[in-house]
Amino acid sequence: MDGVSESRLAWAVLVPLIGAGAVMATGRRPNVREACSLVAAVTLFVLTASLIPAVQAGQTLRCTLFELLPGLSISLRADALSMIFALTAAFLWVVTVFYSAGYMRGLAEPAQTRFNVCFALALFGAMGCAFSDNLLTLYLFYEIVSVTTYPLVAHHQDDEGYEGGRKYLVYLTTTAKALLLPALIGIYVLVGNLDFADNLRTGILPADAGRWVVTALYVACLLGFAKHGVMPLHHWLPGAMVAPTPVSALLHAVAVVKVGVFSTVRVMLHVFGIDSMQELALGLPTAYFVSFTILVASVIALSQDNLKLRLAYSTVSQLSYIILGVALLTPEGIAGGLLHLANHAFAKITLFFCAGAIYVAAHKKNISEMQGLGRAMPLTFGAFALASLSMIGAPPVGGFVSKWYLLLGALDAGSMAVLFVLVASTLLNAAYFVPVVYQAFFGKPAGDPEIGGWREASAAMVIPLTLTALISVGLGLYPNLFLNFAKSLLP
Amino acid sequence: MPPVISSETLPYLSLLIFVPLGAAVIAALLPGERAVRWWTLGVSLAVAVGSWPLYARFDAGTAAFQFVEHAPWIPALRIHYTVGVDGISLLLVLLTTLVLPLCVLVSWRQISGRVKEFMVCLLVMEGAMVGVFCALDFILFFVFWEAMLIPMALLIGIWGGPRRVYAALKFFIYTMAGSVLLLVAILALYLELGSFHIPELMGRELSLSFQGWVFAAMALSFAVKVPMFPFHTWLPAAHVEAPTAGSVLLASVLLKMGTYGFLRFCLPITPQATMLFVPWMMALSVVGMVYGGAAALAQNDLKKLVAYSSVGHMGVATLGIFALNREGLEGALLVMINHGVTTGALFLAVGLLYERVHTRELARVAGVGKQVPVFTGFLGVFALSSLAFPGTNSFIGEVLVLSGAVGWARVAVPGWVAWVLLGVVPGVVLAAAYNLRMLQRVAYGSPRNPDHAGLKDLELREMVTLAPLLILVFWIGLNPQPFTRVMHASVRHLLEQVGGP
Repeated sequence: MDGVSESRLAWAVLVPLIGAGAVMATGRRPNVREACSLVAAVTLFVLTASLIPAVQAGQTLRCTLFELLPGLSISLRADALSMIFALTAAFLWVVTVFYSAGYMRGLAEPAQTRFNVCFALALFGAMGCAFSDNLLTLYLFYEIVSVTTYPLVAHHQDDEGYEGGRKYLVYLTTTAKALLLPALIGIYVLVGNLDFADNLRTGILPADAGRWVVTALYVACLLGFAKHGVMPLHHWLPGAMVAPTPVSALLHAVAVVKVGVFSTVRVMLHVFGIDSMQELALGLPTAYFVSFTILVASVIALSQDNLKLRLAYSTVSQLSYIILGVALLTPEGIAGGLLHLANHAFAKITLFFCAGAIYVAAHKKNISEMQGLGRAMPLTFGAFALASLSMIGAPPVGGFVSKWYLLLGALDAGSMAVLFVLVASTLLNAAYFVPVVYQAFFGKPAGDPEIGGWREASAAMVIPLTLTALISVGLGLYPNLFLNFAKSLLP
Repeated sequence: MPPVISSETLPYLSLLIFVPLGAAVIAALLPGERAVRWWTLGVSLAVAVGSWPLYARFDAGTAAFQFVEHAPWIPALRIHYTVGVDGISLLLVLLTTLVLPLCVLVSWRQISGRVKEFMVCLLVMEGAMVGVFCALDFILFFVFWEAMLIPMALLIGIWGGPRRVYAALKFFIYTMAGSVLLLVAILALYLELGSFHIPELMGRELSLSFQGWVFAAMALSFAVKVPMFPFHTWLPAAHVEAPTAGSVLLASVLLKMGTYGFLRFCLPITPQATMLFVPWMMALSVVGMVYGGAAALAQNDLKKLVAYSSVGHMGVATLGIFALNREGLEGALLVMINHGVTTGALFLAVGLLYERVHTRELARVAGVGKQVPVFTGFLGVFALSSLAFPGTNSFIGEVLVLSGAVGWARVAVPGWVAWVLLGVVPGVVLAAAYNLRMLQRVAYGSPRNPDHAGLKDLELREMVTLAPLLILVFWIGLNPQPFTRVMHASVRHLLEQVGGP
């Protein structure tokens, strides 16, 4: 276990926790409270960004927090993989703080202090996952994310909210307890510790572990991290859309779901290892398995009229791209998958930001009611259009780059089926995003006399969504930061 | 037989046993309720502080009994007064002395009638409980074991709920029936080996059939105490009717005596019989986990819910014990301590809630979280601890026990790994389910909650009552080594005695 010890890592994880405490303490004064969130978010981003040079130089930064028992510790690491996720989540938190203040105040939502506390706690969990150095730490923070986001899903405390929250907890904690925990114990019994391997090729499992044992452990891990929304364990995600839109935006498009995907990828690469996955022929079956999700979720998205639900199913579909890419087990595939982790984040958060802005400004939830709305809200729908392009994978927006690498990976792995899935899903993406934009700009408002009265939402909401849309384009034009991280994993 | 070490100038253990008993006599003579309350609190705090040297001066490098005191008692029958602790009993003694002041504090206002008698019962309990964990003479053990029954039955029968007499009787009869079997086993061992000295009984040559009978008698008695499925039916009744302090003592300390009995007597005295019964005990443990969890999930009475959760948690403990490997045994010891901390805390919390809303029904306490956020925060931590949330105390114990059980199955019959997992996985899932259900109901409820306006949040005394357990939840959860450190030598020695895999 080589690596540079680094206390900034511990701070990066603790800052959101401290922020949550500060938000709770200053809850009575909304402006101070929001300032606390902002300070925490900015500090977190600066801390995370300050780790870039060292990781770019090829170092793995480490920091042990607690030594529980020999072989079991709570410890952190920063490597290229963690940086992709951590940078994305930390940056988008800053943006979301503004947006969230605009949204929550715009709608005069109740219990805003609890909302902000839980939000910061969820980020605490997400950063912990990003920086975890072993399976135990990952599991710890994974569960923290599940529990701290429940109050956000059930935020409105009505029947719908509780139903969504119940589904959320049942899916996420059951899979974690029933599949992850046994897998974790199995690996501990086999290996004697739970530390992630430094060598992506070998993984940590002993060579003499039986074929079926490893396969069973792998399946348990793959299904156990249900936050990745892979079918059939995806129902919690559409259910979670009852939450206020900032939650859907940052947590259910970025932090929470990416925790699931990130954990899956981390375990595939750093526990099982590329070679043993290839040896046991686990890669392509995984790719086929998630291909089902990619296609079916897209078809379901096509049939949704509620904008947030359409976005949710789009998320379910797009998350599987990431797993698909990594499961190809080729350098290009892995790079494409990881790149998509960032690209999807920036694009999807923009789309949710837009959905929230539309709801605050015009109180419209359904796509069929948004005809002609683009003319009244050009910035919002302009951003929506850019982000849609990224989802579809059109140049020059970020999604293009990741899809390019995914296609390369599929070719490299020699799988025509995966190639077909990628092409088909691109068409489906276009089919469910383009009409939204088209109708908004060119559709005729269906006899709604109020059209003249509609305006853009407040600047606190429009600026963040414009910014993230522009960054999406930026990631397409200058993909180097994340691309280099993704490529450095498997040179 | 492990050697004994006695180099102490102060008879620590006798002080821990007899100071509470003496204090009980004085309490009986004190005038006024106020004086009795403060006196009991003072004594129990002093005992708690006074038990600290046990840990500080404990030599973790040896499996021998320490702080040993030895004196003849009834020489004609070769009965001695012998006490001592090793790595298995040390933490249980400390847990007992820690819990007592909390019991006094939580009863401060809750118990308003016959305060003096109540406090006397608590003090007698304390002496007897410490005695059980320290006794190294079988008769002495049995005396303390029985001595504890009476004040406990009184606690339930006098200060309990509406069906207190039924519950007290049931408790008494069940444990008495167990005790009789235990006494038979003790006498049989005496007749065979001619000694009541526990260390002397360990590791002796005994025929397998004799071992089998002795094991069966002792195991039955301890199984009632744990309680293992299907001997658990006294527990929900006793818990529901007992006053808060009684429930806490029952959960935190009394149940541990069953598992302690397995560790102290069954494993080292009848090792071959133990090996023979292992699959059955494992199966019963797993059934207990699942049954306790499922029953807890179905409860609408908070106390019953926590009571059934105990059945599940103790199933984890016995599972670890009979895995007969290092992970399993140390995990089981940790689970015992954790259960004492967490379930004790949950009973305290339920008691505090009852004082406010005068009901334990889940539907009627639904949504109190908004009025009592501090209470809900405490409850949340304890509920998460109870479902073995990573980072809390129970997680580390459960992981150790489960890896012990999987390790046992791998060695015994590889195909059993799947069966073990098939059994324990529903158990841990159910634990998550009933705890989260309870927490959700109490904190949020539904849009149609009863009105809880005007409820008061926790006051300082109540926070002080819960705080030590909260600290332990995270302390053991994040830094368990000070706790496991003292176990290693004794557990290793125990494994040698059993001669297991």
